[in-house]
Amino acid sequence: MSKILTKEFIFQLLAEIPDPEIPVISIVDLGIVRNVELENQKVRVNITPTYSGCPAMMAIQNDIVSRLKQEGIDDIEVRLVVDEVWTTDWINDAAKERLREYGIAPPEKTSTNKSLLTGKPKMVNCPRCGSPRTSLISQFGSTACKALYRCDDCREPFDYFKCH
Amino acid sequence: MNASQNNQLITYCLRLGDSSLVLGQRLGEWCGHGPILEEDIALTNISLDLIGQARAFYTYAAQIENKGRSEDDFAFLRDERTYFNLLLTEQPNGDFGQTILRQFLVSAFFVQFYSQLKNSKDSTLASLADKSLKEVTYHLRHSSEWVLRLGDGTEESHQRLVQALDELWNFTGDLFDMDELDAALIQAGIAVDLNSLRHPWMKTVKEVFQGAKLQVPENTYMIQGSRKGKHTEHLGHLLTEMQALPRAFPGAQW
Repeated sequence: MSKILTKEFIFQLLAEIPDPEIPVISIVDLGIVRNVELENQKVRVNITPTYSGCPAMMAIQNDIVSRLKQEGIDDIEVRLVVDEVWTTDWINDAAKERLREYGIAPPEKTSTNKSLLTGKPKMVNCPRCGSPRTSLISQFGSTACKALYRCDDCREPFDYFKCH
Repeated sequence: MNASQNNQLITYCLRLGDSSLVLGQRLGEWCGHGPILEEDIALTNISLDLIGQARAFYTYAAQIENKGRSEDDFAFLRDERTYFNLLLTEQPNGDFGQTILRQFLVSAFFVQFYSQLKNSKDSTLASLADKSLKEVTYHLRHSSEWVLRLGDGTEESHQRLVQALDELWNFTGDLFDMDELDAALIQAGIAVDLNSLRHPWMKTVKEVFQGAKLQVPENTYMIQGSRKGKHTEHLGHLLTEMQALPRAFPGAQW
């Protein structure tokens, strides 16, 4: 291993790692990777969970270690950090577009709905036909970060990436 | 920070973690038994959020303690009397209505609690609170919608909620119980003064109960004791099941 490691290079590698649950976007797109620190030959990657109980965190840690090892990097520490709270606002626009193409309605901009009890779900467009006429089937979907919707026009059910 | 304040902070983290873990374990009992698939998924998703929160509090406690104990040691190797979860969280699931009502009462409390804890002078607790707040807000919305639907639903669903309220209400006083440890940490700007949560919590409860045609019980005897590790008979059974594997096979790894 003679190459001089740079943060940019590490980020490029991390950007190739797909999210285990939603393979069309990477862990960098999702905003899970917070930052990378370099100390001599040691690489420290700080990641943050989307939801507290996200069961994919272990898989993500393992994926990071094995991807970096492929490049001959051995001194790796993956740390879980929570000092900044993850929000769907960190998902970039290109990644949102890929979510839509994949059939998952992307989260609307700026997350938490302030009205506590009466918070009507925001308008969610069908990722397939684009119709705004959709209804919520279940607030909890196939993963912690998604809710289940149905299109009232094309009748397809679909996942909606919840604003968070 | 001095040693005694460290110990107080560890206990405070355990109290928070224990409530989340025990409620998470209860909800996990619904896995595969939900009345409809969507609610099976909902209850277990909420469970997952809560267990995730518990892990974070235990991990922080372990870090402060710095004696090599892990989050798993806290979860699996403590007995009933050293668990400090809120009494409401350990109450049995009962029927779906009772589970939902318990969830509503606790989530309404958590929302108020974490809204305050995120201003804690302890920056780790503040961030964990900030994160948990988003999750419990979603839990509150889910459970309050169901309380409305069941309370203002059929005669039977209404009756079942009334019954559930009768089972659970006596444990709501315990939510706001405080001891000298709370007092010391409130003084230090770390803990939440639970007295300040009573009114906003009751406001949420009344708002939803009104729509659900439920009456807030008055002048009821309140059962307390979670701060001292005094529990109802239900916690022991829950821990026995939850801890069976790590107790039978010490050090077992996935």
